[in-house]
Amino acid sequence: MNTTYNFAFFDEGSKREIRRATLKAIAIPGYQVPFASREMPIGRGWGTGGLQLTLSLIGKKDVLKVIDQGSDESVNAVNIKKLVSNTTGVEVTEHTSKATLIQSRHRIPEVPLTKEQILVLQVPLPEPLRYYEPSETETKKLHAEKEYSGAWLMLFEQIMKYGGMTTGADHPVLVHDRYVMAPSPIPRFDNPKMNANEALILLGAGREKKVYAVPPYTKVVSLDFEDYPFQAETFADKHCRLCGQTNVFLDELVDELTDETVYQCNDTSNCLEKLNSVGVK
Amino acid sequence: MTDFEVPVLTVKNLNKQYGPGCFKCRGGESASLVKNYCQVCGTVYACRNVSFDVFPGEVLGIVGESGSGKSTLMQCLYFDQEVTSGEAYVSDYENGEKNLFQESSQQKRYIRNHIMGKVYQNPLLGLRMNFSSIGNIAEKLIAAGNNHVGMMESRGTELLNKVHIPVHRRKEAPKNFSGGMQQRVQIAKALSNHPPLLLLDEVTTGLDLSVQASVLDLIKGLQRELGISIVLVSHDLGVIRMLADRTLVMLEGKVIEQGLTDRILEDPQHPYTQLLVHSLL
Repeated sequence: MNTTYNFAFFDEGSKREIRRATLKAIAIPGYQVPFASREMPIGRGWGTGGLQLTLSLIGKKDVLKVIDQGSDESVNAVNIKKLVSNTTGVEVTEHTSKATLIQSRHRIPEVPLTKEQILVLQVPLPEPLRYYEPSETETKKLHAEKEYSGAWLMLFEQIMKYGGMTTGADHPVLVHDRYVMAPSPIPRFDNPKMNANEALILLGAGREKKVYAVPPYTKVVSLDFEDYPFQAETFADKHCRLCGQTNVFLDELVDELTDETVYQCNDTSNCLEKLNSVGVK
Repeated sequence: MTDFEVPVLTVKNLNKQYGPGCFKCRGGESASLVKNYCQVCGTVYACRNVSFDVFPGEVLGIVGESGSGKSTLMQCLYFDQEVTSGEAYVSDYENGEKNLFQESSQQKRYIRNHIMGKVYQNPLLGLRMNFSSIGNIAEKLIAAGNNHVGMMESRGTELLNKVHIPVHRRKEAPKNFSGGMQQRVQIAKALSNHPPLLLLDEVTTGLDLSVQASVLDLIKGLQRELGISIVLVSHDLGVIRMLADRTLVMLEGKVIEQGLTDRILEDPQHPYTQLLVHSLL
């Protein structure tokens, strides 16, 4: 552990300021609270929003897990884990159920979260109406007046152009019947997991300097139309080639030797746990 | 039984000034004013005590030179601008008992989305140029509470047919259209939720004569067919003569003359109106 830094890298004043913004975000589910995003030892757009939330919240007894697109071992996840454990000395884990604090990029873990856990999501673009309205002053007004026809209009345009909603990730949601929120670029598959989740979900955008939250047991509904209901990606009659699980988010891979399309768990730690519990065949 | 028709829109003593006003020009009536501009503090009195009624199915024309406050008046009525003082009542909202200018911004948005339609002189203000034409119409329908793609698509197609936009171009963005076509898409958008009141701000200015004629023809036809009330702003007396039942003449922010269109054009009373009419003939 590197003791030349204050515990968790930040000075106490910074941590308090970020926690204050976080409290406000929890009090107003789905509302984007501005905060003074700090300069970080990683570049903006590489998870600084999530990292700042993690550092402001972490205590000595916490157990940390960091995932990047479902993987515990990608460069981004490893680096963030190293930075946090170097400056705090907290225990790091890959097991979702053992962690108290989970920072994630673009996935919600397959293992259901519990009320003892906090999920921190990294957000590149927190404003769900940005493509529709470029001006921040205007989108602020639209949120204040609950004027969300723009969010539905973007989905309508997709249906007109492509015959269906084509949001691969970051499908907008309505939180607690009030604010429309960008759920960060999680696949549509993960959107329903946000609804009435037992864990506290925090979302941080470092470059855009916004924090927002979905408190436990909050109603989260994905936007859709009467005749075009929301649909998550389906992996019907497909299973992971390693652990054989179904009903999980699968990555589609092409075996370059045989040109065969195969499927594999996206959540690597969940896949590994499954393999360990049944024993490798 | 009512003896008199109830106006669709009543405007009373609408005032709009740009600038704070000073002790010399306060009240908008003073020697320090040159036309409607205060030489001491630079305040512009754009609308001064404008009052009028619009009755069901009536077309009310507003003429005046440029800078006479016509467009400001229209912007105030559509809440694009805050009024300085004044009252407006719409019979379809709270039985015409509530002053629209005193309502909250949410309620103003409701009124815009449900009770009014507006066609701007500049299609850039009224349309989203990068969204499809049918999407532009859907935006207004979604704002008015629709959530059924099939229904919105058929309504949009029907309206685009009515304004003579070829059906196969309905999914094209208005930025690819000619000025006249853009103006017609705007009209279709404004009409989409059957507003009892339509505000038209210089709809034909800048269009060539044949397109102008077809747009005017369209407006007249739709007005007859749907029985909507229209407030029509123009500095073109030909347009006023063709469409308006009754006309207001504005000069320097004030209504200087009003009456039946034929009377105004055949027997103008105010020197400015006389000048205007004689310039035409």
